[in-house]
Amino acid sequence: MRELSYRDALNEALHEEMTRDPRVFVLGEDVGRYGGVLQVTRGLLDKFGEKRVRDTPISEAGIMGLAVGAAMTGMRPVAEIMYIDFSALAMDQIVNQAAKAHYMFGGKTRVPLVMRTQGGGGRGNAAQHSQSLEMWYVHVPGLIVVQPSTPYDAKGLLKSAIRDDNPVIFIEHKLLYNTAGPVPEGEYLIPIGVADVKRLGNHVTIVATSRMVLFALEAAETLAEQGIQAEVIDPRTLKPLDLATIVQSVEKTGRLVVVNEGALTGGFTAEVAARVQRAAFDWLDAPIMQVATEDVPLPYNGRLEFEAIPSVQDIVLAARGALYWNAG
Amino acid sequence: MNLSRDQLVDLYHRMWLIRYFDEAARALFMGNMLRGTTHTCTGQEAVAVGACAALRRDDYITSTHRGHGHCLAKGGDPRAMMAELLGRVTGYCKGKGGSMHIADLDLGILGANGIVGGGIGLATGAAYSADLRGSGQVVVCFFGDGASNQGILMEAGNMAALWQLPIIYLCEQNQYAEFSPSRPFIAVERLEMKAQAFGMPGLTVDGNDLLAVYQAVRGAVERARAGGGPTFLVAHTYRIEGHTVGDPLTYRPKEEAALWKSPERDPISRFGRRLVGELGFAEADLESLRQKARADIDDAIAFGKASPEPEIAALWEDVYA
Repeated sequence: MRELSYRDALNEALHEEMTRDPRVFVLGEDVGRYGGVLQVTRGLLDKFGEKRVRDTPISEAGIMGLAVGAAMTGMRPVAEIMYIDFSALAMDQIVNQAAKAHYMFGGKTRVPLVMRTQGGGGRGNAAQHSQSLEMWYVHVPGLIVVQPSTPYDAKGLLKSAIRDDNPVIFIEHKLLYNTAGPVPEGEYLIPIGVADVKRLGNHVTIVATSRMVLFALEAAETLAEQGIQAEVIDPRTLKPLDLATIVQSVEKTGRLVVVNEGALTGGFTAEVAARVQRAAFDWLDAPIMQVATEDVPLPYNGRLEFEAIPSVQDIVLAARGALYWNAG
Repeated sequence: MNLSRDQLVDLYHRMWLIRYFDEAARALFMGNMLRGTTHTCTGQEAVAVGACAALRRDDYITSTHRGHGHCLAKGGDPRAMMAELLGRVTGYCKGKGGSMHIADLDLGILGANGIVGGGIGLATGAAYSADLRGSGQVVVCFFGDGASNQGILMEAGNMAALWQLPIIYLCEQNQYAEFSPSRPFIAVERLEMKAQAFGMPGLTVDGNDLLAVYQAVRGAVERARAGGGPTFLVAHTYRIEGHTVGDPLTYRPKEEAALWKSPERDPISRFGRRLVGELGFAEADLESLRQKARADIDDAIAFGKASPEPEIAALWEDVYA
């Protein structure tokens, strides 16, 4: 099978969906002429013209507000917010408008929009360009939250997100754009709300999201060398969460490590732990381990930043902890 | 003026419909029949009715927390509205929205909005959508002088002017921003001066003169429909009641509202005088229209009260499409 980068897989999804459906249009800062700060929207302007590939002013609230109104009136906007940190500027549009309209108006309107954005740390972008804010959106009923970790998932999930009739927060990771992986030629979709078992194992389950999936797979290699077979699950969609796939794995392994790049407190790891302990209490042989970012704004200095965000070694130690293999 | 006699009749009836709807809303709220909070637009009827008279059925409006008038002016059904205020399944939102969230997509009503300025962004998006689809639809975005200070207006207004979108930003300067006079919070001398910063024409109109509002909006709508771009229109009016029903109004002199309630300033009285004095209507015609409006609202209340409340299962319905 051919290999594509995460960036090119997303770009291909946009080309395909805009060709398929004239209601789909793209808007955001630098998405047209420049092709997007991460080049995900490259080539769209030439093919689809400026009305469907709209370069906007630096106005995040305006971008998302425009997307909501367009979605309510028959279009399917894909708005790019350059960094998820900047989505804070558009919070009213996302949380009070997009997420609420369908329910609040008694099901009479739909808001089929996608907010494409990227988050995550690890490249020295400091406190306002490195956050993992996915849980802000997971917390809001009415939103769907997707976080693909591979080029294959990125393409199939973006296509599904564009076809979904709900507002979808589609969160990419800034350190995944250059990663490559197999992506088949031709049309395929990945359903929203379905997890993927990225590696099979029967000693411990590791649930990880976004770039942390790559870390978890690396940790699983190390653990295998130590005789521990880890099963790695990528939920791919944080909301709705495919709890059944996670629970099924925990029923097999009896041990769970949850890894997420967001801050520990009030985060994804706590949410999964709470749900799994209720659904699979009798199968658990050890406390659920949480691996998440320290509760600090991310620092610029590399030494400090790498200490703050989860590492492969943190995941190895957590998995060993779940098996009571750590010394002391 | 190019309004037919039937249209004039409809506009006059609609103004009373709004007046009586809000009177009923206030009475129901004071009688503990409504939950949460309710805002009335008494005294501002001419802005809503005059503006919507210049629109096609498929044109869009976005409304505000003070939105009963906009909805009725655009053709909203008083029964479904009253049922919604009463939280019944027959309401516009099946009882899940209430006073601040009435929408009717079939009539182009993209929703009242509980966030001050909340409709501004999505109105601009609807205009962008109309332009993309080449539908010829125009958007009227209602908001108040309080909302004119929200940042979204700067962002959306700039976009609308950049892309010459078919939208009218209609600022109802009712002189109050929630529980304060708005004047001390607006730095420019006249609100329409803000239009210059957005890069679009800024006009002003007597918001208590229905026909003046109609003419001003009609001009802006025609221009927008022809691809001439957005307009910022300020309609001067007065919020006769408080921010919410039950507001003690400690922040303004009592005589002020009395002045605006007088027949010289009241928008319904003013329109009525023109109908009789210049347009050949009889006082008796107007009186029967007023009574019809009263009866329509009484019917809406009865309909709402007779309607069932939602089943508990409705709690989980329509979270996702």
